[in-house]
Amino acid sequence: MISVPLTHLIKKEFLIEFRQKSTLAGIFVYIISTVFVSALCFKKIINPTVWNALFWVIFLFITINVSSKSFLQETKGKGLFNYIYYNPRHFIISKIIYNMLLMATLSLLTFFFYSWFVGSMVQNMGMYLLCLLFSSTAFSGVLSLMSAIASKASNNISLMAILSFPVLMPLILVSVKLSKFAIDGLAWSVSFKYLLILVMLNFVVIALATLLFNYLWKD
Amino acid sequence: MIKWWKILGALLILYTIVWGLQNSVPRLDILNETIRNVYYHVPIWFAMLFQMGVSVWFAIKQLSKNDLKSDILSDQAAQVGLFFSIPGLLTGCMWAKFTWGTWWTFEDPKLNGVAIAVLIYLAYFILRSSIIDELKRARISAVYNIFAFVMMNVFIMILPRLTDSLHPGNGGNAKFAQYDMDSSLRTVFYPAVIGWVLISLWILDIKHRMALLKHKQNED
Repeated sequence: MISVPLTHLIKKEFLIEFRQKSTLAGIFVYIISTVFVSALCFKKIINPTVWNALFWVIFLFITINVSSKSFLQETKGKGLFNYIYYNPRHFIISKIIYNMLLMATLSLLTFFFYSWFVGSMVQNMGMYLLCLLFSSTAFSGVLSLMSAIASKASNNISLMAILSFPVLMPLILVSVKLSKFAIDGLAWSVSFKYLLILVMLNFVVIALATLLFNYLWKD
Repeated sequence: MIKWWKILGALLILYTIVWGLQNSVPRLDILNETIRNVYYHVPIWFAMLFQMGVSVWFAIKQLSKNDLKSDILSDQAAQVGLFFSIPGLLTGCMWAKFTWGTWWTFEDPKLNGVAIAVLIYLAYFILRSSIIDELKRARISAVYNIFAFVMMNVFIMILPRLTDSLHPGNGGNAKFAQYDMDSSLRTVFYPAVIGWVLISLWILDIKHRMALLKHKQNED
């Protein structure tokens, strides 16, 4: 095994993404159209709980759609190439880091369009953005591993959704609670506990994903 | 050949069913006689969690040694665990109806956690059935099993303790032990826990032997 440095791997992920601009553009259109459809359906949302829930449902579907392709493009021939050239730990970490950056950007984009079309209700913006950031990083950790598992199985997107929804549930519940606190403008001291749980879940998820990916690697 | 622990398990369950309906229990508001459900509902959940633990233990063993025998046991234990979730849910629903006034509530994190646990293990079986190659299936499903077990424990052990729950011992509610787990309850509750765990092991033993035979038959 020839070990390629981690930075090169991350660079590779970005290069592949920017070479095929159509996928990025596709995600962009996907975000705008889902938010626009929900804005048309709801017209005006007065209830903050509904506002919050709708946002997380939209975000959940966006993340699953985006991350499902992160391993689906790794075909059999490519798998052998990766196996020879890359260290598995570097490989999964590069995927997770790339997905983290992508999803953090997408969450901000979604939030931007969502507040534009549906209207913003957030009172404590700093806490809300922190919540978005940490949940998207944890999401990307879970979804990278799930995508790797789904790609080893029958390679379809429905399996990806079946595997990830129940595993993501604890994360989503913590995020929904924390973002609801941010919407209501509660003090930092109240929601600090949940922010801490979110950060700890990040560590747990990423540690497990890097540990377990070793075993998915060999064929 | 019947082993001693199987007889012990059956006797303990018989004891909890007979004596559990006869002994004197604390008279409490709202709970009333339904407190006897603590002999059935709680031990069944313990048995389920025990089986899930067995399943994840053999998943780890499968990954470290890469043998199919551990994978078969891990799969069977997950099946027994999922099977035990059904009586656990039914007894829980009945208890909820007569104390909280509803069969199911989305307000309680433990109930949500259990629903998620069931979904997780259903996803596990779907994943297993979608991979044909045996060794590959063993490895990939073991990875999912370990990951899912950790997330499930976050859900049913950690989150309920932080948020409001209707269950005792969670979210500021007093623990059972603190106000009503008196000695008469304990004389039935602890044997019930051991009894249900032993019965679940018995079921696992039979299922495991059947699966091994089937595996051998496929090999020949």
